[in-house]
Amino acid sequence: MRVVIVGAGEVGSTIAESLAKSHDVVVIDIDSDRVESLTYSLDVLPIEGDGSDIDTLEEADVADADLFIASTDDDETNIVACGAANVVSDAFTIARVKSPKYLQAWQRARGAFGVDFMVCSDLLTAEAIVGLAGLPTAQDVDTFADGLVQMTEFEIPAESPVADQTVAEADRFDSLTFAAIIRDDHVVIPRGDTRLTAGDEVIAIGSPDSIRAFSSEIAPEEQGPEDVVIVGGGEIGYQTARLLEERGFSPRLIEQDEERARWLAEKLPNTTVLNSDATDQELLERENVGMADVVVAALENDQQNLLATLLAKRKGTDRAITVVNTGDFAELFEAVGVDVAVSPRKATAEEITRFTRARRAENVSIIEGDKAEVLELEVDPDSVLVDRSIRDVAADIPEGVVIGAITRGDEHITPRGDTIVREGDHVVVFVDTEVLSEVTEKL
Amino acid sequence: MSFAGELRVDWATSLSLVGTVLKALTVPLVGTALVALWYREPLAPFLATAVLTLAAGVALERLDRDDLGIREGFLMVALTWLAIAVVGAVPFLIASEGNLATPVNALFESTSGVTTTGATVVENFDAHGRSIHLWRSLLQWMGGLGILVIAVAVLSQLSIGGAQLMETESQTQDVNKLTPSIEATARLLGWLYAGLTGLMVATWLALGAVGLGPEVTLYDAVAHAFTAVSTAGFSPRAESLGAFSPAVQWATIPFMFLGATNFVLLYHLTRGNLSRLVDSDEFRFYLAVVLGLTGLTAGFLVASDQFTRIEQVARHSLFQVVSILTTTGYATVDFVDWSPAAKHMLFLAMFSGGMAGSTTCSIKTLRWLVVVKSFRRDLFREVHPDAIRPVRLSGQVVDEEVVRDVYAYVLLSGIIFVLLTVFVVTDAARVGNGIGEFEAMGASAATFLNVGPAFGDAGPYGSYVGFPWTTKAAFILLMWIGRIEIIPVLVLLTPAFWRS
Repeated sequence: MRVVIVGAGEVGSTIAESLAKSHDVVVIDIDSDRVESLTYSLDVLPIEGDGSDIDTLEEADVADADLFIASTDDDETNIVACGAANVVSDAFTIARVKSPKYLQAWQRARGAFGVDFMVCSDLLTAEAIVGLAGLPTAQDVDTFADGLVQMTEFEIPAESPVADQTVAEADRFDSLTFAAIIRDDHVVIPRGDTRLTAGDEVIAIGSPDSIRAFSSEIAPEEQGPEDVVIVGGGEIGYQTARLLEERGFSPRLIEQDEERARWLAEKLPNTTVLNSDATDQELLERENVGMADVVVAALENDQQNLLATLLAKRKGTDRAITVVNTGDFAELFEAVGVDVAVSPRKATAEEITRFTRARRAENVSIIEGDKAEVLELEVDPDSVLVDRSIRDVAADIPEGVVIGAITRGDEHITPRGDTIVREGDHVVVFVDTEVLSEVTEKL
Repeated sequence: MSFAGELRVDWATSLSLVGTVLKALTVPLVGTALVALWYREPLAPFLATAVLTLAAGVALERLDRDDLGIREGFLMVALTWLAIAVVGAVPFLIASEGNLATPVNALFESTSGVTTTGATVVENFDAHGRSIHLWRSLLQWMGGLGILVIAVAVLSQLSIGGAQLMETESQTQDVNKLTPSIEATARLLGWLYAGLTGLMVATWLALGAVGLGPEVTLYDAVAHAFTAVSTAGFSPRAESLGAFSPAVQWATIPFMFLGATNFVLLYHLTRGNLSRLVDSDEFRFYLAVVLGLTGLTAGFLVASDQFTRIEQVARHSLFQVVSILTTTGYATVDFVDWSPAAKHMLFLAMFSGGMAGSTTCSIKTLRWLVVVKSFRRDLFREVHPDAIRPVRLSGQVVDEEVVRDVYAYVLLSGIIFVLLTVFVVTDAARVGNGIGEFEAMGASAATFLNVGPAFGDAGPYGSYVGFPWTTKAAFILLMWIGRIEIIPVLVLLTPAFWRS
């Protein structure tokens, strides 16, 4: 597949990196330094120029491209680039935007602006934050089969009652499957007698209810959050509050700029908007931020985010989720006390990469960078699964594969040894990257 | 017409527009004359007035007319109501029957009519002809939705700033335009108003036809429909609605209630859109106030053993509360005889009023709701001083300026009410007629808030005729101020209005 990527920033480079191994990748960027650095670091064809300029696109041979991804930091440029690419080629176009306003217009008429798929970073980030905020100890959350199935990555805390139990002991939920354990960067496929230890990251697949129940099993002292405080009323903070309101929460949002705070207060009927500085200790005392179940730091500036989070943690907040604009800081933040660092750029890159793969699956979630994937597949007549029990199929599929959930229509079926899979079912499977291509052929 | 340099208000334009309205007023006058002809009553009161009004209207209309500015709009609103009140009084004077024969009484009755107050100086109802009673009712019907809406339709044909008038008429942003054209909106509201009136006539006649309202005649049905839908309250019967059967009384309650419901919401209702009504914070609040006050009143009536049957308690308490709260002012019984507790419930209801954007007067539920919500917000901010929390109505953010205006309005209304009460008491003492504080408060509220009947002599089966002429003059002024919602009048009184 020939892929043309416009923009060699964090998002563009991350996508280029993950696609370069198996595809012909062309990267266009207006900045000569970035173009040059790509030449040395990745096996791609870098082109210096404006991605919305038709001449540049022709130079990149867009006419022959299968996939066109516009991922610069500028919404309008990305949309115009897709529109221009649409004129000279039949490539599938993907645009990255930050503002949800473009997404809203695009969702009304898919294909509008010449964009075939649109990824909204700010909304994506807000959705990730809201998913994480709802599940204590969760590091990653994804939904499949129209929300019937959830995939969650949990880290097992040292004091967890589940630590040192075997999988058979910990698994007391009907509609939940332990798909995998990531231990010391290795994927372990759990058996009944596999022992869970503190620090393990467990990939669980199941119904949202059982996932929530398991989440409180892992960390019983951290019940589902009630009190959420959001710091920073930028687009991500606003969208986070809006999504939380949709789920019945009444969050608090701290915004320093008075005019913006007033705007937010008008837009968010169930949010208490506080016009103040989140690093003001007196405010944190007065508003009892320490009592909050979750604090989300969504300011523009990474350092301020870190400061605000650490202050809140010091006051006693259970859980802190922080937006990190520079993806490389994520690990550092998590090392100094932030519970989960969410990078909008990484989330966007992952979503776009995921989309390039999802064209053979219904939906894909990428685990721990690239160690494994969780795929949602519709069972077709050629699949090895059709009309056989899972126990029988086990011999035909390689190690490193776990069937996590099955949905038939609106019904959620927990896969056990004697479950029979039918044509048309949706299966959510965990697959180790090493056996990925073999497995997707068979299923 | 020209004025000294510093007076930038264009009187000529305002008066010229008033002239247009006066000209239009000949139509209802001639209509009433036809009714007089039917009943073989004198035609002179109406025809002579029609000629005078037409002459005045034509003369005024010939004044130089320029574009309507905001000042001219205010002035025109205030003058129009005044002019119609004056014209409305002329037939009473010419007919020269009963208490209406003196200038002050005639003007009082006419102002009370056109401002949809319903306070009357008529004591002997039989002394007046049917055409005179119908003219009283018709004045109220015209005053109901605001002659201004009619005027707007006329004026907009002259392509002069109708939208400004609409804003002036309804201070509280609630008369949303239903169509891009102001004229079409005015016509739509007019049809709705006429339709509601027609529905009430039909309802009464139907009750009469099936024997549930044996006393109902076509004349009664029309005269009462004019004054119920306009939440105004004049009745050609001395006992008001007490002269009709319980079925007729029950059937009248919804019309008073709907007359005091926002017409824009009613319009959506006619389109089968019930949700707009149900989702309206103000409508739910209005309904809650009506039911709450009715419940309390009924409780007090039961406690004081006023009525024997539960149906009577329910009917009289609901009827009186709806009637007073919507500022209609009909009565089914002489509530002057009720226990003090029950009477005080009605007194409280006077200060409520119905919804904004309806024919009702008084403070209006919209303002009270804003006050309640902003007060709740203030309490919240005591706990969270950094919080920014806009006041919302049906999910829509209310401008802080509007919140301030509402507070100013409620405060001003309170002050005017107190001053008027003081004046009523002192003026009565001056002429040697003692009046109780509660009666004075009732009469002040009933006139200034355009409710109509009060307590004591000014009760639903009494009249305002016994007040000194000075008090009556004050009432006339304040009914006028109350109907045009104080602010335009106060604006007229500020020096800034008159300077550039």
